[in-house]
Amino acid sequence: MKTVEETKAAIEAAVPDAGVQFVPNPSPSAQHSLLLAPASAIAVATFLRDDAELAFDFLSNVSGVDWPDKEIAEKVKVVHQVTKVVDGVEQQVEETVDETRKRVESGCLEAVYHLYSIAKKHGPLVIRMKTANRTDLVELPSLTPVWRAAEFQEREVFDLYGIVFGGHPDLRRILMWDGFKDHPMRKDYVEPDDFEYEPTPHDEVLARAQAHKSREQGADGTGQQGPASQ
Amino acid sequence: MSVAETKTERAEGWNRPPVISPDGDGEILELAMGPHHPSTHGVFRMDVALDGERVIRLKPVFGYLHRNHEKIAEQASYLASMPYTDRLDYFCSLSNNWAYALAVEKLVGQEVPERAEYIRVILAELTRVQNHASSIGFLIQEMGASGTPLMYAFKEREKILDLFESLTGSRMMCNYMRFGGCRVDVSAPWLDAARKVVAGLPQFVDEFEALLSSNEILMARCQGIGVLRPELAVNAGVSGPMLRASGVNYDIRKVDRYGIYDRFKFRVPLGDHGDIYDRYMVRVLEMRESITILEQALKDIPSGPVMDAKAKIRGFRPKPGEAYGRIEAPKGELGFYLISDGGPNPYRYRVRPPSLINLTILEDMCLGQNVADVVLIFGSVDIVLGEVDR
Repeated sequence: MKTVEETKAAIEAAVPDAGVQFVPNPSPSAQHSLLLAPASAIAVATFLRDDAELAFDFLSNVSGVDWPDKEIAEKVKVVHQVTKVVDGVEQQVEETVDETRKRVESGCLEAVYHLYSIAKKHGPLVIRMKTANRTDLVELPSLTPVWRAAEFQEREVFDLYGIVFGGHPDLRRILMWDGFKDHPMRKDYVEPDDFEYEPTPHDEVLARAQAHKSREQGADGTGQQGPASQ
Repeated sequence: MSVAETKTERAEGWNRPPVISPDGDGEILELAMGPHHPSTHGVFRMDVALDGERVIRLKPVFGYLHRNHEKIAEQASYLASMPYTDRLDYFCSLSNNWAYALAVEKLVGQEVPERAEYIRVILAELTRVQNHASSIGFLIQEMGASGTPLMYAFKEREKILDLFESLTGSRMMCNYMRFGGCRVDVSAPWLDAARKVVAGLPQFVDEFEALLSSNEILMARCQGIGVLRPELAVNAGVSGPMLRASGVNYDIRKVDRYGIYDRFKFRVPLGDHGDIYDRYMVRVLEMRESITILEQALKDIPSGPVMDAKAKIRGFRPKPGEAYGRIEAPKGELGFYLISDGGPNPYRYRVRPPSLINLTILEDMCLGQNVADVVLIFGSVDIVLGEVDR
């Protein structure tokens, strides 16, 4: 079997402007992966499936991964011009100060595909694609036209993570119901306050119930006192 | 690799085209099969459109049993998810344990002692035998033979579950494997009891086959129905007995040789036609191969520890990285994909459920068939809803 680097070279030789990046995996499993550019992903996937030597005809697994926005605190050395009195004379002195600066690294959603070859009995080859951000630019090309196996799994990633797979034949929610709004597998998903799951709420549930009731009252102004808040 | 292709005997006229009833007057009947339908093995719905008796569209609807297993596992430590994997495919909890343990062991580079590997093989193959026996039992039940074949299967399954109970404390929710070995050692009396059960299995399979394999009704209802072409099966990610019944020679025990499967001699049964009968036959033959693996493993099992002494139990925090581990579970390829960020919980925990992915081609197999055959085709896929919906 070709190593991941050799596979990358083969892709670059066959698909112009493939834009494939090598992603190392430091774990002992050493399953390194290839990051595909969404624009050329279909061409690369078709090549991986149809190439006689690679022959990745079996798409085993599709997973979504959520990488939320990260706030990174960095220590930066900043040089200030300070006026100081040295030996009775006012002088301009340079002073180095440590400052903590915060910046937000924008997150993304990722789709990870595990490929095997049944014809050649090798694998896995891990390929991944990243969306531009987590809010509006969440479209990735669907690989269902290349591997049917992705049909339900991409629907699941769409349902639970909110990645929109362009070109998917039937992109609907699969596990949650149709009217559901959010994407539960995202790291910042807030579960609904199930304030009435106990008939006689107490402790945590009571607190949640009271918060829920007060919110409802605030909303319409005439909310009735629920039994939970008495 | 020693692989023998096993051809199945066919009755006359097995490949006749499906009989389309003449009353198809162009009026479409939409029918929801499920979620409470005895043939769905749980809560699962198929939205079927019928032209007369003929299926012209079938859309599976999932999620009635969804509990977001993956999210819950991401909020718990690595070990805390082990008992929860039992609840995925509750017929095969020990296979699920093994798949998860294998993925974590890959993630941290953990070795497993030899005796523990033997115990894992013994338990996984016992699981396969009882799963295949009961899945055939359910299939026959759906053909209208209520009870008898299923009870034959359950009689044998109960003996195997007794073994599980005496070893792990639970019939079905075993929670037995750990990262780097197994929870407790097997005793000599347990091994003797296991040998006794395994010695009785060939007779059970013979009996089962004498009862079913050449049964006229079974052949008439199964042969040539629900045909799955090998190219489509591979492209749609179908795995396990379903894939092999379509004639694709792919068994992860032979390909990956995980654990110690390279030490055992066994064959991979393959089907010829990819219909329901081949799936039935492949399962029967796989039971026989599992029995030969069990005999070899129970003969050769060495003494020694069942947990790696260097296995880290407290403060288990894998280094950042990711791993995908998979095994040949009785229903197909069961895989776990884990991403670690160095914390005590997995950053990403993904189950590759064979039951869900094997249903991708359900519509393709059912189109043009009679509505009564849908029940059989669905039954021949062999799914468990706990794993489909997670």
